[in-house]
Amino acid sequence: MSSVNFKSTRATQAATPITHSGGPVVTGTSVLGIKYKDGVMLAADCLASYGSLARFRDVDRLQPVGEHTVVGASGDIGDFQYVQDLLEKSMIHEFYTADGHALATPHIYSYLSRLMYQRRSQMNPLWNSYLVGGLNDSGEPFLGYIDLIGTTYQSSTIATGFGAYLAQPILRKAVEGRENEITEEEAIKIIDDCMRVLFYRDARSLNKFRRAKVTKEGVTVTEPYSLTTEWGFAENIIGYGA
Amino acid sequence: MTSIGTGYDLSVSTYSPDGRLFQVEYAGKAVDNSGTAIGLRVKDGVVLAVEKLTQSKMLVPGSNLRIQAADRHIGIATSGLLADTKHIVNRVRDEARSYRDIYGIPIPAKVMAERLGLYVQAYTSYSSVRPFGCSTLIGMVDEDGPQLYMVEPSGNFWGYHACAVGKGKQVARTELEKLKLADMTARQAIKEATRVIYTAHDEAKDKEFELELTWISDETNGRFERVPKELVAEAEAYAAESLSAEMDDDE
Amino acid sequence: MFRNQYDNDASTWSPQGRIHQIEYAMEAVKQGSAVVGLRSNDFAVLVAVKRSPGELASYQKKIFHIDEHMGIAIAGLTSDARVLSNFMRNEAMKSRMLYDRPLPLFRVASALSDKAQVNTQEYGRRPYGVGLLVIGYDQTGPHLYEFSPSANVLEYFAMSIGSRSQSARTYLEKKFDTFVDAPLDQLVKHGLRALRDTLPQDKQLDTLNCSIAYVGKDQPFTMIEGDDVKPYLDQLDSDDTSDAPSQPLPGNDSVAPMETEA
Repeated sequence: MSSVNFKSTRATQAATPITHSGGPVVTGTSVLGIKYKDGVMLAADCLASYGSLARFRDVDRLQPVGEHTVVGASGDIGDFQYVQDLLEKSMIHEFYTADGHALATPHIYSYLSRLMYQRRSQMNPLWNSYLVGGLNDSGEPFLGYIDLIGTTYQSSTIATGFGAYLAQPILRKAVEGRENEITEEEAIKIIDDCMRVLFYRDARSLNKFRRAKVTKEGVTVTEPYSLTTEWGFAENIIGYGA
Repeated sequence: MTSIGTGYDLSVSTYSPDGRLFQVEYAGKAVDNSGTAIGLRVKDGVVLAVEKLTQSKMLVPGSNLRIQAADRHIGIATSGLLADTKHIVNRVRDEARSYRDIYGIPIPAKVMAERLGLYVQAYTSYSSVRPFGCSTLIGMVDEDGPQLYMVEPSGNFWGYHACAVGKGKQVARTELEKLKLADMTARQAIKEATRVIYTAHDEAKDKEFELELTWISDETNGRFERVPKELVAEAEAYAAESLSAEMDDDE
Repeated sequence: MFRNQYDNDASTWSPQGRIHQIEYAMEAVKQGSAVVGLRSNDFAVLVAVKRSPGELASYQKKIFHIDEHMGIAIAGLTSDARVLSNFMRNEAMKSRMLYDRPLPLFRVASALSDKAQVNTQEYGRRPYGVGLLVIGYDQTGPHLYEFSPSANVLEYFAMSIGSRSQSARTYLEKKFDTFVDAPLDQLVKHGLRALRDTLPQDKQLDTLNCSIAYVGKDQPFTMIEGDDVKPYLDQLDSDDTSDAPSQPLPGNDSVAPMETEA
């Protein structure tokens, strides 16, 4: 009898392995980032979706960290808020340590990537893609990507989520090779053009954005703003249940 | 100290026949031998100041700090064994962090004083440890405004308008009691704190010292900060002036 | 058996507010051979005298590499120092792993102090019986810290610990304000002169018993030992105008008790 029980216990355990979060719940969509002449610029919209429901419409997904860094998040908003807490804790630690060493952008990038890889290795990932933008030790623009399995890469243009398909090609064409020429004005135009495309085609987006820039002067995040759109072509679209 | 040598003063878990815990009192001696630390709670902030006695002129000035932050809104000034004070500061930081983790807001002063008091008390209860050889001034600004607490080696703590510990505590207390703290701004309190530290400093016994000055006030947006150089210079000039004026009175 | 009632363990205060066990542990530091540390605005330097327990034995290492940007010199119980250097290496690696940043010197010094403080407060433990001079270079420049068994960690422009180190400190106190702008070789020379002052009459610095290490701006932590020390010693000798005639190979110090670094 006991051997049967033993077997059945094992079978039960095998049938129900320990599981963690199986996917994001309340989500934010794309984040875009580019390098330009004076630093980096990031943008994200203000929507947090619950499935296909546009649930929260004033969510800030661009978080300044320290003097010269912005972290932009797409994916699970709850996980992002947890990461915000961790970053805040790190910054308080830096504040009271007060030894003249501040966490610079590459250090925050390293920290976040270790965190994400550790969590994925525990089979309990934080369901996000992050952009980390700022300046490196020598004051040059820094832009890096980290995702939920701990993948990292750096580039002069990065887009997460749907943006990786819709905005990335536009960003590459507009920015690559010209990083040191692009003015702030042009950078804004490039970013806004891409955000407009995303609003047109990404059904989990919102025409309400924030834009952040990091320069030697520090971090500024804009108030939410909207872009002009033109939906006149919509009448001519036939099919898709219309 | 009639109990010295009677065996009732060897462990913190042993009372003397008249109900005293000598080990706690001895720990207090370590505080009395240390440079003076003072705190002033005023209208719009808290000022902490320390007379940091320097044993060697080869020490790097501005390093080896005795007033430290424990959170954005908490300053800790200590008097006593240096390594013990570090242990205490770490504990305060842990408490501040854990409160933030749980409640999502900065820890209030009273809660911090209570928690640190409990921690320090535990080291007066077991023979396996010794009490902390330091007193701790907690200066912070919370929802109820500026706050100042002092935790002693016994684990006792009180809230203060102003307090002093260390070598020069008697002189410092006398000076602090003369001040009209409730009407004072933190900016003024910096000057008075400096004067009190200079007054309490015993030149005959200790040659060199470095003044450490910090504040948390409306002017710092409720954040712990070191007092800017210009203000320190101003305060030191004020202190020198009033000290020499006093000397003239004496003559 | 004991000198007084209050010196049995680190968890007992004396009526004067002292902890005798800590003070005794500080004595262990004085048993070790001397080490000297000093710094300029760009570099930090360590020099040390090594001892050998006998003619057939090697010389006990005094300077340890911690990380690219950091190293220590020790005086006291070598085995305690190895525990601490292991700890420091770990801390340094953690910083590189997590933040991709060389561990700032203040933080390693601070961590060392926190670790050692516990040993001064709990029954059944003893304070570390070793003193360290920690040098390193980080974003805020070169640093020199002294760690002692009391768990005190203090930052200095120049410092010496170990046997007869008072002589070295006397030298350093006289000269340290000229160190700020001194080039690296000058700094080493000052270090060696201070170190030489700690030696007994019949002993001399030579290539066998002397170690040098430095770190600084664009200069990873580097140790110099053996024949490579010779140029520095030669320079030292050539600068001397009035010095005692050189002596033959050093004899051995009387072997210290226990595992005191010999």
